[in-house]
Amino acid sequence: MAISLTKTAAGRVEKFLANRGKGIGLRLGVKTTGCSGMAYTLEFVDELNPEDMAFESHGVKVIVDPKSLAYIDGTELDFTKEGLNEGFKFNNPNVKDECGCGESFTV
Amino acid sequence: MALLQISEPGQSAAPHQHKLAVGIDLGTTNSLIATVRSGISTVLQDEQGHALLPSVVRYLPNGDVVVGHEALAQQSTDPVNTIASVKRFMGRSLKDIADRAHIPYRFVEGDEGTTKHLLLQTRAGLKSPVEISAEILKTLKARAEKSLGGELVGAVITVPAYFDDAQRQATKDAARLADLNVLRLLNEPTAAAVAYGLDNASEGTYVIYDLGGGTFDISILKLTKGVFEVLATNGDSALGGDDFDHRIYCWVLDKIRGGSSSFTPLSEEDTRLLLTKARQAKEWLTNNHEAQIVCRLSNGVLVDVTLTAPQFIELTQHLVAKTLSPTRKAMRDANLPLEDINGVVLVGGATRMPHVRHAVEEYFKQEPLTNLDPDKVVALGAAIQANMLVGNRSDNDLLLLDVTPLSLGLETMGGLVEKIIPRNSTLPIARAQEFTTFKDGQTAMSIHVLQGERELVSDCRSLARFELRGIPPMVAGAARIRVTFTVDADGLLSVSAHETTSNVEANIVVKPSYGLSEEQILTMLQSSFGAAENDKQARVLAEAKVDAESLLTAISAALKQDGDLLSMKGKQKIIAKMDVLKDLLLEGNIHAGSSGAIREATEALNAATEDFAARRMDASVSRALAGKNLDSLKI
Repeated sequence: MAISLTKTAAGRVEKFLANRGKGIGLRLGVKTTGCSGMAYTLEFVDELNPEDMAFESHGVKVIVDPKSLAYIDGTELDFTKEGLNEGFKFNNPNVKDECGCGESFTV
Repeated sequence: MALLQISEPGQSAAPHQHKLAVGIDLGTTNSLIATVRSGISTVLQDEQGHALLPSVVRYLPNGDVVVGHEALAQQSTDPVNTIASVKRFMGRSLKDIADRAHIPYRFVEGDEGTTKHLLLQTRAGLKSPVEISAEILKTLKARAEKSLGGELVGAVITVPAYFDDAQRQATKDAARLADLNVLRLLNEPTAAAVAYGLDNASEGTYVIYDLGGGTFDISILKLTKGVFEVLATNGDSALGGDDFDHRIYCWVLDKIRGGSSSFTPLSEEDTRLLLTKARQAKEWLTNNHEAQIVCRLSNGVLVDVTLTAPQFIELTQHLVAKTLSPTRKAMRDANLPLEDINGVVLVGGATRMPHVRHAVEEYFKQEPLTNLDPDKVVALGAAIQANMLVGNRSDNDLLLLDVTPLSLGLETMGGLVEKIIPRNSTLPIARAQEFTTFKDGQTAMSIHVLQGERELVSDCRSLARFELRGIPPMVAGAARIRVTFTVDADGLLSVSAHETTSNVEANIVVKPSYGLSEEQILTMLQSSFGAAENDKQARVLAEAKVDAESLLTAISAALKQDGDLLSMKGKQKIIAKMDVLKDLLLEGNIHAGSSGAIREATEALNAATEDFAARRMDASVSRALAGKNLDSLKI
């Protein structure tokens, strides 16, 4: 049971958190929306919920709620550039099928 | 798969519903586009890694349009079809453009009708500044959509604080042509304050000194707990880095001409080439002591001159000094001592020039803030604002207040201006005032919207005219016409008139046919101070005239209706007094000091008709009572 960040991703998250001036970590999660069932969420964390689970990766605190963890356990979060675009990418071993654009998925 | 950005807690967007918003600094020399990614405002770069897009548009022979560096590179070889600094022509008419001899474009006066905006003759046909600006916006939009991987929800576009309604509207039109949804037009200095205010979490009173490519703006902003209030703005919309280039250009011309008077004027290409070289020399002198300007003109003349930093300072010191006069005015408007200024923010590439920094430091007696890139700060702030306007932030605590640069009002009888919205009012604002009819049975009213500080219509700038028709015929003064002025958050004015007894209504969105030049704004402001006494006299005179004319009209009507109530002698007495007054009102007899005489004659006429008025009253009462017995009168 673990969620991890690549070193690049951790570096970016640290930078974003420092710039924001507050926040204790990064929350990964899933929402049940989208054209293919589930969608990822990626948010700053200011407060922990009692049921939250926390992981540490390259010095960054990663928070996941237990319901989401079931869908994204084992995920490695990466930060990549694609052409002019840049952003975070979920490498989720649980995914069976993605919608065309990859924003939502099914397990 | 799609690349994700980190959202604020609870603000994650549903898939395919990312609210992509950008801030655009549509500059005179360079334009930029920025967005907020994972909480950080970032300027977006093109494939070559350039953040700045030169605001240059070139129309190619094959019908293509290129924008930016590629167009800039061809500026000296194809000047007529390569349009730079188009922002200076936005919302302008031909006569607003000073110094046209030095600008290599072929200007054409626009069609008359609603717009008198100038047009530019290019090989792609006649192009309006709005269309040319739209090309720049399209390029930026494409860059953003490539960078963000989706369609933009909206954009905040910045404009100089001094842009008038015509120029703001032209900017909005350009965005519409580029298929951009404008969330809001934001004043450039305000955007800079947003960038600094949030990034540095500072509070206090700040001065934004923005010397861009073609415009100078000074704004005094008060920041308290994330709320921005613009205390005062001033500036010069025809002063910028381009003028420094132009000074160097003229200096080089003098050098190569030497004493010879037979020197032929430069071709368009050579003008462009020399201006480009001048700009490079200016930029080089920021970090170096001297700059060499070398190029070969088309007539074979070799230009090889060296400009030293002290020479450059001497050439351009008056331009730097020119920025201090609006600065002083803004400080006076804000009514603040220098000690109350907590910081001075430098914006615009031209503020990199050391002597500009020195002048600012000397005036404000403190070192200016420069920790954000002066070229990018406006775009960064606009992006933060755009991000907030589309609702990507949880705490919506930032409220922006802008101000009107000049008073807005309308013409009243006698050529006077009634101010409805005073200068420096915070936006958005709506003000209403009631007016009435001047003549009996008047069924229409012409509403003339004006901008300026002076008391007389002839001294203010006309923005629009419209008519309110269908007022039911009433005696003069009985109609109630409510005129409402609304200036929205973008600084665009709409005026509506509403006659309350009959509910007839008319309104207009002010799209003035041409804009005010900075010089005009400054002259208007200055003259309003200098001419205060004259204006007051003129107002008193105009009011006296209006009162006199109104009385003459009323008495003429009364004499016609009830003249038989008077004896021949009484009638003649009144007519004699009327003639005295009419004589005073004759065009040739009016002068600045005649208001007293007119007032006296008006009062004399009024006194002479007291008896007549009493008789008319009796007559109308007895007419009303005639044939009625006491019981039928319910009192």
